Amino acid sequence: MNDFLEAFFSLDILRQAWPILLQGFGQTLLLSAITVPLGILGGLVLALLSTVRSPWVRWPLIAWVDVFRALPPLVLLVFVYAGLPFAGIEVSALWAVAIGFFLNTGAYYGEIFRAGLESVPAGQREAARALGLHRAQTMALIVMPQAIRNVLPDLVSNTLEVVKLTSIASVVAMPELLFQARQAQSVTYNATPIMAAAVAYFLLLWPLVRLLSRLENRQLASRR
Amino acid sequence: MNNWDRFTDSFFNARVAAEYLPKIIDGFWLTVLLAACVIVTGLVAGLALAVLRALGVRPLNWLIIFVVDLFRALPPLVIIVLIYFGLPGLGLEFSGFAAAWLSLSLVLMAFAEEIYWAGITAVPAGQWEASRSLGLPFLVTFLLIIMPQAIRIVIPPLTNRTIAITKGTALASVVAVPEILGAAQAGVSFSFNPTPLTLGAAAYLVLFLPVVVLGRWVETRFAWKR
Repeated sequence: MNDFLEAFFSLDILRQAWPILLQGFGQTLLLSAITVPLGILGGLVLALLSTVRSPWVRWPLIAWVDVFRALPPLVLLVFVYAGLPFAGIEVSALWAVAIGFFLNTGAYYGEIFRAGLESVPAGQREAARALGLHRAQTMALIVMPQAIRNVLPDLVSNTLEVVKLTSIASVVAMPELLFQARQAQSVTYNATPIMAAAVAYFLLLWPLVRLLSRLENRQLASRR
Repeated sequence: MNNWDRFTDSFFNARVAAEYLPKIIDGFWLTVLLAACVIVTGLVAGLALAVLRALGVRPLNWLIIFVVDLFRALPPLVIIVLIYFGLPGLGLEFSGFAAAWLSLSLVLMAFAEEIYWAGITAVPAGQWEASRSLGLPFLVTFLLIIMPQAIRIVIPPLTNRTIAITKGTALASVVAVPEILGAAQAGVSFSFNPTPLTLGAAAYLVLFLPVVVLGRWVETRFAWKR
């Protein structure tokens, strides 16, 4: 038992590692604050494009979304970070993360928004247009709010996944929470910093998981 | 050499591709093996937890909910790193493959339990009552009456979640498993040319693009009629 506490919950080690873990936590929050809005923006653009009927837009769009949903995010990230310099384009770790996440999470958000838009009955659009609202007004004021409400659990779920995904930025040496914890672990030969990082992730994301559970249950109940 | 030549020489270099293709193919099969292991253990463990939860023992259910929440909230890479670099401190050594297998299985178990459970609770209570009043025991009711109805509901979300978590096999490259990404990165550092990464990306597309398209089809096939 003492060995276990010493290996995973050593207070001495925690006191030493605390400052850099805190820095890492801040970086994780910053990364999330960059990647989530970026992904939502990309997703909205993809979803709006998917309402265009032309096959010249439709098929390339489906191919785009499916390719970036098929590639693991870590593969995209490594490709951007380690591959692009060979093409003469130097990217910083932050830019690599931004680009890789934009491609991957944008495709996921896009699918969610598209499902939301499709769930709004056509009558809503027609009624809004008949009342004299513009196309843009119809979309922004009538269709979008209903679409977002219908897919809210999926949106929250995807946002949770994106925040968790920021941990892969450690692979390209972004000094976020997991990276800092690994650094501290390799210096101290003790797993306490990694345990502390895990606890931090859990405390940060548990409320979101609980909220999600309730949203999902409510959605299922309403379908019964 | 103009820019275009330099680009193709970097990313589509035939000589490098021929040299590292066998490594990538080995990695491909390792990814398939890891994915298959994760899917089997994750889905079975998730179902077992959902069945336990259906028994309705209060303290046990709180424990199950906590475990599920825990593995839904923790990033998979954090779990892999904790198992691979942390547990040796207790004298428990895991290979990279075992660490990735265990971690991703736990994550899939948590998500699958939640989805199975949602499906079980979505079956109207009248089905339980009717079946029990016909004299069927709990387990028979559960397996023959409730599960067949629940499974149909959970197939689309379960398929999508399984695909998403299976893509996490790429994380195993971080703990030195020579799966596709690991093999590709090793290739890049030996050849100083990114063609192995192109091959790796292509291998992932070969593996996952059909699965993603299948997921799209499953979603419409089993869709709820509104």
